[in-house]
Amino acid sequence: MSNPLADMEKPQTIFCIGTNMTECHPVAATRLKKAVANGARMIVADPRRIGLCDHADLYLPIRVGSDVALLLGMAHVIARDGLVNEAFVRERTTQVEEFFEHIKGFPPEWAAEITGVPAADIEKAARWYGEVERGAIYYTLGITEHICGVDNVQSLCNLALMTGHIGREGTGINPMRGQNNIQGAGDCGALPNNFPGFQSVIDPAVQAKFEKLWGVKVDLEKGCTKVAALDRCGDEIKAMLICGENTVVSDPNLAHCRKALERLDHLVVADIFLTETAAMADVVLPATSWGETDGVNTNTERRVQRLRAAVPPVGEAKPDWWLLSELAKRCGLRGFEWQSAKDVFNELCEVSPLYHGLDWDRIDTGEYHWPCPDKDHPGEPRLHSEGFINGRGVFKLLDYRDPAETVSDEFPVWLTTGRRLPAYHTHTQTGRSAGIDYLLSEETLEVHPDDVADWGLSDGEWCTMSSARGSIRIKVQANSCSPRGTVFASFSFADTPVNILTGGGYDPATDTAELKVCPVRIEASFRA
Amino acid sequence: MTTLTIDGQQQSFTPGETIYEIAERAHADIPTLCYDPRLKAFGACRLCVVEVEGVRNPVASCTAKATDGMVVRTATPTIDKHRKTLLELVASENREVDVDPLRGYASQELAMLVDRYDARTGRFRGKASGKSQETDQNPFILRDYDLCISCYRCVRVCAEQEGDHAISVRNRGFETQITVEFDGDLKSGTCTFCGQCVQTCPTGALADRKAIRATELPGPIEKARTVCPYCGVGCSVDLQAKGGKLVGVLPAMDGPANEGALCIKGQFAFDFVQHPDRLASPLVRREDGELHPASWDEALDRAAGGFMKARDMHGRHSVYAVASGRAPHEAAYAVQKFIRVGFMTNQVDNCSRA
Repeated sequence: MSNPLADMEKPQTIFCIGTNMTECHPVAATRLKKAVANGARMIVADPRRIGLCDHADLYLPIRVGSDVALLLGMAHVIARDGLVNEAFVRERTTQVEEFFEHIKGFPPEWAAEITGVPAADIEKAARWYGEVERGAIYYTLGITEHICGVDNVQSLCNLALMTGHIGREGTGINPMRGQNNIQGAGDCGALPNNFPGFQSVIDPAVQAKFEKLWGVKVDLEKGCTKVAALDRCGDEIKAMLICGENTVVSDPNLAHCRKALERLDHLVVADIFLTETAAMADVVLPATSWGETDGVNTNTERRVQRLRAAVPPVGEAKPDWWLLSELAKRCGLRGFEWQSAKDVFNELCEVSPLYHGLDWDRIDTGEYHWPCPDKDHPGEPRLHSEGFINGRGVFKLLDYRDPAETVSDEFPVWLTTGRRLPAYHTHTQTGRSAGIDYLLSEETLEVHPDDVADWGLSDGEWCTMSSARGSIRIKVQANSCSPRGTVFASFSFADTPVNILTGGGYDPATDTAELKVCPVRIEASFRA
Repeated sequence: MTTLTIDGQQQSFTPGETIYEIAERAHADIPTLCYDPRLKAFGACRLCVVEVEGVRNPVASCTAKATDGMVVRTATPTIDKHRKTLLELVASENREVDVDPLRGYASQELAMLVDRYDARTGRFRGKASGKSQETDQNPFILRDYDLCISCYRCVRVCAEQEGDHAISVRNRGFETQITVEFDGDLKSGTCTFCGQCVQTCPTGALADRKAIRATELPGPIEKARTVCPYCGVGCSVDLQAKGGKLVGVLPAMDGPANEGALCIKGQFAFDFVQHPDRLASPLVRREDGELHPASWDEALDRAAGGFMKARDMHGRHSVYAVASGRAPHEAAYAVQKFIRVGFMTNQVDNCSRA
C-alpha cells in the first residue's frame, strides 16, 4: 500500500476494485465501513455483488476481466469533465500529452459495452473519484490475477496521477496483500530478479555489493519465475525446494503442476503438515509453526512487525532458517552460521537499503514502515509524498485486451475464483482449527438462481464443471451474489480442486496466472 | 488555551473532549463498565460519574464535554458511595461475578471493580436480568446472558466497529435481553464470528468457547505478543498458553494495524498449531516408495545431497526454490541466500504469482 491502513478512514471517495475485503481482509474492511459511516462515498467495482456492496454508494458490476475498459472510461471522463489536477500533472508526471490524447478514444459508452456497466454509472464513478480532495483506491487479486494484471494496476495508477490522489493522507494506490508475509517474502529477495530490498540482480553494482557481502560469486542473470520453473521441471530444472506452499492445490492448472513436480529428480518440502504437495516430496522437513516461531513479518502497509513464540515446537520441528542453514552447511557453504532469528533478520537489515535503519530490537513495537534507510529515519507510512522513485510518474498508454480465454459455445460460462471468510487458501490451517466447519464444511459453486433453473441444475445437487483443462464435480449453491452467466468458487478444499480448471493464461510481464477468469461448461450430474 | 481542574490539577484540553478523556490522560482512574475507548460514549452504567462544581447532580464523565474553567472531582466520598451502591446492584443481578479470564479480554472488569469498591456485600437481592441462550451451539461464542449487565458494548462494537449490526436488544429494564434478529442463533443472522463482542464484554457473559475449553488446565495463563498468521493486514494478537498448550487468542488493543479488531480466522483459527496432523519429525522416501520418519541428519543429508547432485550433473540453474509468503522473513531470506550463494543462480521465487 502507498498509504497506511489508518488512512482508510480518511478518504472522501473510496474506490474498491477487485477486492472482496469483507471476506479476505475483514479488519481492513472495518476501517472502510467506519469511513462510510462518517460520510465517505464508496464505489465498488466487482463482477460479484460482494459484501462491500452493502456499504457502497455505487456498485459497478463489471464483467470479469474488463477492468482496463472501465478504468479507461473513467480516465476519459475525468479529463473530459475538467477534473484533472493540473498542478500535480504538471509538476509530478510525464508522457502527459500522449496520455490525454490516447484516452480521448475511450468514452464511457465504449467502456459500457465491454464492461456491462451503464455509461452513466461509469461517469458518476469518475466524477466522484475525480472531484474530491482525497480519493483512495483499494485493490486485491481481482486486479492482478489476469493476463492484463500489470495493465490493470497501471490503469489505476493513471487515475491517481490524473487526480493527484497519491502521496497525501487519505489517498493512494493500495493493494491489499493476501498473505501474512507475502510482502516480506519479496522484501527479502525471494524473487528471480531481485536481491533483498528489490535490488536488481542484473545491476553490476548490486552484484559487486553482494559478492563482497557474501564472499562468493553471484549470478548476473535473472532466474525464472515459479510459473516458468514448473514448465521446465524435468527439463532444465531437476531439483526443487518448496517451503510452506501447497502448490498442487493452490496453483492453476493442477494436472500440469502435479506432473511437473513428478518429473523432478529431487523434491524437498518444508512445511508444518504433510500437505498434498509435501506428500509428493523425497524429503519432508518439519518446520515450526506460527505460535512457535520468533521472527518478523511485513504487512500490507509495509509495517515491519515481530512474531513471538508462545509455545514450544511440536515434536522435532525446527525454524526454516535453521533447516536452511543446516542444508547450506551440508553443501559446504559459509555465511549461514546463524544462531537465532535475530541474527538472520539483522543480516537482512544490513544488506537491504529498505531495512537498513531497522534491526531486531528497533522493530520491537512495530512502529516502522519501510523504507527506513538509516537509524535516524522515522520510516515512511506514506509513500510518494515528495516525489516518485524514478522522478516523475509516467502515464501509461493502455488498451483493453480480452482475457486469454473467452466464453464460447463449448465453454459458455465465466468462472471466477476467490476466497471465503472462514477458510484460508488451501485450508491446511483453518481446516484444522476446531469449529470452522460449522460455518463452511465443503466447497460449493455459486450460481445465480435463474441460471440454476435455466441450466437444469438443482440447488444443493452436484454438477460437473469443465474447462479446456479438465473437469471437477461440485455442489451447486443458488446465490444471487454472482450475476447471470458467471459462477464462483474458492479453491480451499482439496477434494473440490477448482484449480484443475484454471490456468488459461498468464500476465506476460509478471507470470501471474489468470485465476479470475476461466470459461467453463456446467452440466447437472448425480452422485454415483 | 482551554483548561479545567481535575482533582486539584490543572489540565489543558481541546474543545470537544469529554471529562473522561481528559481525566484518563491525567491518570485519574475513573471506573467504567459500558465504556470502550473505540466506541462512541454511551453513558449507561453511570459508574463514571464525577462531581462538577456548580452542578447539582453527579455528571457522567464519558459523555459530558469539558468546558473552560470547569472544576472536577473524580472521587469523593459521595461519588464513591454512589459507585459502590451501583456495583452492588449490578452484581446482585448476576449469577456470578468471578469468571475465568479465558472468557475474554475485558471479562474481569466487573469483578475487579466490585473488589475495588468493596461491593461484595450481598446487600441487595436482585431480580436476574438476561437469560442465557443455551440452544446456540455455535463453537465460538458462549452466550451466557445470566451474566449480562446490559452495557450494550457487544451491540455497539458490532454496529459501530464491525458495521455488521448482528446483535440487537429487546425489552427494557429487568426484561432487557441481548439477542439477534428473530431471536435466533448467531449463525442465522449477519454475525461473522469476529469475536469482538466477546472481547469487549465486561462480565464474561459473552465468552470465547474455544478458550474456555482450557479452564481446567493447570497453571497460569502465559501471553506472547505476535501477529496474526492469515492475511496481510498484520493484526497484533496476544497468544494465550497454559502449560505449553496454545489455548486462545486475544486481540491487542494497542496493535498498530488492527487497534483491537480481529476477524474469525485471527480470533478463532489458532489450534491448527498443535493439531495431531502436525509433522513431528523429518520424513524421507525410501526404496518402498513411501515416506518414513527419519532423523534430522539423514533427512538433511539426503536433501542437501539431492541438490548438489542436480547441480553437479545438470548445472547450477537446475536447482530451484520457492519461498513461502506465510513464513517469516528469516525463512525467505535464508532460502534466497541458499540458492544464490549455494548454486550461483537466481532460481528462486515466492508464492505471490499464483
